Amino acid sequence: MNKVKLTIDDKQIEVEKGTTIYKAAKQLEIEIPVLCYMNLEGLNIENKPGGCRICVVEVEGRNNLAPSCSTEVWDGMVVHTHTMRVINARRTVMEFILSDHPKDCLTCAKSGNCDLQNMAVKLGIREIPGQEYAEMSKYKTDFSPSIIRELDKCIMCRRCEMMCNDFQTVGALSAFHRGFQAAVGPAFEMDIEDSPCTYCGQCVAVCPTGALTEKDHTRDVINALSDPTKKVIVQTAPAVRAALGEEFGMEPGTLVTGKMVSALRRLGFDYVFDTDFAADLTIMEEGTELLDRLTKFLAGDKKVKLPILTSCCPAWVSFFEHNFPEMKDIPSTARSPQQMFGAIAKTYFADKISTKREDLVVVSIMPCLAKKYEAQRDEFKVNGNPDVDFSISTRELAHLIKEANLDLNKLPDEDFDKPLGESSGAAVIFGTTGGVIEAAVRTAYELHTGIKLDKLDFEQLRGFEAIRKATVDFDGTPINIGIAHGLGNARKLLEEIKAGKSEFHAIEIMSCPGGCIGGGGQPTHHGDSSILKARAKAIYAEDAGKPIRKSHENPYIIKLYEEFLGKPMSEKAHHLLHTCYFDKSRKIEID
Amino acid sequence: MITNLGGFKMSQHKQIRIALNNCGVIDPENIKEYIARDGYVALGKCLTEMKPQDVINEIKESGLRGRGGGGFPTGLKWEIASKNHADQKYVVCNADEGDPGAFMDRSILEGDPHAVLEAMAICGYSMGATKGLVYIRAEYPLAIKRLKVAIEQAREYGLLGKKLFETDFDFDIELRYGAGAFVCGEETSLIHSMEGLRGEPTIKPPYPAEKGYLGKPTNVNNVETYANIPIILRKGASWFNKIGTEKSKGTKVFALAGKVKNVGLVEVPMGTTLREVIYEIGGGIENDKKFKAVQTGGPSGGCLTEKHLDTPIDFDNLLAAGSMMGSGGMIVMDEDNCMVSVAKFYLDFTVEESCGKCSPCRIGNKRLYELLDRITQGKGELSDLQRLRNMSLVIKDTSLCGLGQTSPNPVLSTLDNFYDEYLAHVTDKKCPSGECKDLMTYFVIEENCVGCTACARVCPVGAITGEKKEVHYINPEICIKCGACEERCKFDAIIVK
Ligand SMILES: Cc1cc2nc3c(=O)[nH]c(=O)nc-3n(C[C@H](O)[C@H](O)[C@H](O)COP(=O)(O)O)c2cc1C
Ligand code: SF4
Ligand code: SF4
Ligand code: SF4
Ligand code: SF4
Ligand code: SF4
Ligand code: FES
Repeated sequence: MNKVKLTIDDKQIEVEKGTTIYKAAKQLEIEIPVLCYMNLEGLNIENKPGGCRICVVEVEGRNNLAPSCSTEVWDGMVVHTHTMRVINARRTVMEFILSDHPKDCLTCAKSGNCDLQNMAVKLGIREIPGQEYAEMSKYKTDFSPSIIRELDKCIMCRRCEMMCNDFQTVGALSAFHRGFQAAVGPAFEMDIEDSPCTYCGQCVAVCPTGALTEKDHTRDVINALSDPTKKVIVQTAPAVRAALGEEFGMEPGTLVTGKMVSALRRLGFDYVFDTDFAADLTIMEEGTELLDRLTKFLAGDKKVKLPILTSCCPAWVSFFEHNFPEMKDIPSTARSPQQMFGAIAKTYFADKISTKREDLVVVSIMPCLAKKYEAQRDEFKVNGNPDVDFSISTRELAHLIKEANLDLNKLPDEDFDKPLGESSGAAVIFGTTGGVIEAAVRTAYELHTGIKLDKLDFEQLRGFEAIRKATVDFDGTPINIGIAHGLGNARKLLEEIKAGKSEFHAIEIMSCPGGCIGGGGQPTHHGDSSILKARAKAIYAEDAGKPIRKSHENPYIIKLYEEFLGKPMSEKAHHLLHTCYFDKSRKIEID
Repeated sequence: MITNLGGFKMSQHKQIRIALNNCGVIDPENIKEYIARDGYVALGKCLTEMKPQDVINEIKESGLRGRGGGGFPTGLKWEIASKNHADQKYVVCNADEGDPGAFMDRSILEGDPHAVLEAMAICGYSMGATKGLVYIRAEYPLAIKRLKVAIEQAREYGLLGKKLFETDFDFDIELRYGAGAFVCGEETSLIHSMEGLRGEPTIKPPYPAEKGYLGKPTNVNNVETYANIPIILRKGASWFNKIGTEKSKGTKVFALAGKVKNVGLVEVPMGTTLREVIYEIGGGIENDKKFKAVQTGGPSGGCLTEKHLDTPIDFDNLLAAGSMMGSGGMIVMDEDNCMVSVAKFYLDFTVEESCGKCSPCRIGNKRLYELLDRITQGKGELSDLQRLRNMSLVIKDTSLCGLGQTSPNPVLSTLDNFYDEYLAHVTDKKCPSGECKDLMTYFVIEENCVGCTACARVCPVGAITGEKKEVHYINPEICIKCGACEERCKFDAIIVK
């Protein structure tokens, strides 16, 4: 007997044993309000601490109210979701939560997108009794290159903690203090900068309030744009175009590439380029490195280490620098597309437009918060001048567009500028899990075997499963490929490598659920994983529609090598497009 | 004679010693003395003569209910744990005893550690567990030392370890130390704490019997619950279930405290009335003042009044009266206690001890405390009483664990039983018992004042004026209610009201 029958608000339903009241109600299209609960279905990410108690319902025969998000149904259960007792309890609990929450909505980064604000609206809260004398819990605000933590706004939903510990296995966040002073943050209340945080931004992506937000660089961008002495250029990462529309009321999965380009041009950027160009470049470098290692390895060179790991996700780079420093020679040395773009822009392109490095400002639009931190890494500066000056998120771009009084819906489609705006379909799919390795396979296969692929879609590399494995036949040589999204999943593959048990030749790792489409800088998904899936679909659609779908066939990439770099992995390429990694493991120091 | 348990040498006629049977009688650091009083006989009997289910049946039949607060039937709990199969199961003894003022578990562990060890081994046998863990607060060094000695000696005697009583049953026990957070006594919280995680509760189900320590079936019982086990198995369930009331069998140990003449530990049969405990064992109210209330069940129990004094104490009656058994705290209050302050006092404790996981307890209790505090300062309004009740009911109704589900009890029970006192605070701005300093005024009784000026000279803030040999006057705006004048006046001319 694996089914149970129950009644919710006088409606009968039969569900699987083990189903929660909340989920059973959902099947009846009764939407019980939840606050701390979050479930990214299909991604195995569920936050269910039962802490906020907003979701309580009345269950006949039970003494107290039941949290519907975490109470399993039983046979014959009778549930009422909106009795006066429930409504009064929900309201009173909400008043409690708000009584310890700053009323900063007017200036809060989360306003308009805030689950707490939405709940207050839904419940029609108009006053908070006793607010005049209610003490509020106070914490110091913590600033870092990527993330700002304003715990006065923390409601202890524990979503960030779950993301950081369970999904990412970074363990930078945990509950501290007890009772009224309890909140979530790094151990010993240290700054996030001193913690093992990777700046993946997944805590920010799930935080229902403004307690965790991105470090906002929109003012810096505006200042640069208004400085007549500067040339300001912009690059946009692939995942941005698949999500930006959501901020303007479009259906998830709407591609807005052309409208985004025209918005950026209207904002005043001198050149609107595409990070995808640099993604093609990444494939040239990383693909060549892979082939080089692979050829040597297959020839029996014992000095060569495999698998090769992708290195385009800066949070992932931080993760292995912190947790697996002894393996720092395994990942590809190729810089991320953002940084490759910056390096080429401030050399090759600056020369082309006869502009001094200092007078060229490179802005990047990223789905990512780790890229903010990456842009500030010392390796990516020349005499203190960074290759990428400001990295802003998809959300920040949406704010800029709105502030400029532009309606994305009404803008015409425009094309990227040349030369750094041309890209292949392979580069576009960088934005989703499996995409980088698929792009690499398309190029590596052709360069290795000399055979032209007749089918470019590697379905076996796509999907949302946590860890995927596939073998691609390189004309008689089977190449084993692994894909992981989420650092917890990456950790599993790394442990295998450490134990000498890895069967892979190449592994792609992305920190965020679904890859960059689910990045910490994207429009808030509010726990709806169908949004992530729609974005992924959009990305593959853009790839399919591109005339050029292989990185090595991008004519401007070919030209860049001819005019400037020589060939992949040349000395110049090494200098500009590759990097090295550092041991960042450390013991926690308490001062 | 029992010397380490407080002062009940006189009137022990109401008391029966089951849990405290050996306490003060044997040398707890000498296993031979325990054995001499039939120690480990029950374990031997279980292992050699009884099947695990027989043991469970005997405990079920005894009617023993958990002494840690919940009153869950112990035999049933063991049975559930025995039916959940796993490669490893655990027997846990909850010796966290976080109630302020409670020391029954400590006394048992200090006075009769082997009884608990023996009971844990019996429990292990009945449910199929080979490992026992005692979670004990680190602030109990003597109990820890005695447990260590007892475990060592039991191992030497082959009463813990491998092949006990030459059967195939292995059982050993280790200690785990708690840092003393009250909520770590809640069983899921306790388990997380033992696992090295933050000591905070999780939603049940799953109960520990399904998924406990390290995800394995785990039986958690209180110290006193275990202390009852060996004697039940020696004397039989039918001996035990004759003691007590219909639904609560055996005895209960209480820590009697507050305004009674004799304070200390009491072990009485279930069904004894509060009056008997307070007046016969406790010797009545200190200084022969008037009894006002008795608070049972620890910090989140309720305050019962005169009208409850003849209630037979058991799990269900206390609950029905608006309080609870809890772990057995019993604090007596007299006419000098302000019941609003009493409620505030307990809320202060729960606010401190909330783990912070769920919003009603984390924030709601704080708001309750703040409101009570205002009322004791004379800043309360009539409508606040309604808010107080609503907040209390919602906190009870929505909190995640037993702490929040009971923490408003002191507020609700005092609102129910002493509503007039609340009213006096909010409408007249008076504290009838005179405990709330902010609500008192010092003034001079004209007839008694001789104008000696002593009061004016002692007042630290110069609130008192008056010519020599004339009636003095205390300015209430300036007075800080230190009471110095009242103390100094030789003519009883200054009173406080
Ligand atoms: C806040 C809180 C504190 C508790 N503290 C204790 C404690 O100190 N000792 C104890 O035995 N049980 C305590 N309990 C009860 C335990 O959760 C559990 O019910 C008990 O250990 C089970 O044992 P029993 O069935 O023998 O009573 C506490 C419960 C709550 C909600
Ligand atoms: S976190 Fe939400 S509710 Fe709080 S101030 Fe910001 S927008 Fe308002
Ligand atoms: S950014 Fe990522 S690693 Fe850093 S605290 Fe947030 S979830 Fe953890
Ligand atoms: S910081 Fe945000 S996500 Fe984390 S517990 Fe607080 S409110 Fe929840
Ligand atoms: S997966 Fe993408 S969005 Fe997420 S941290 Fe990595 S690069 Fe940034
Ligand atoms: S009721 Fe209190 S102690 Fe229990 S889980 Fe909630 S906050 Fe923690
Ligand atoms: S949503 Fe159920 S407790 Fe928070």
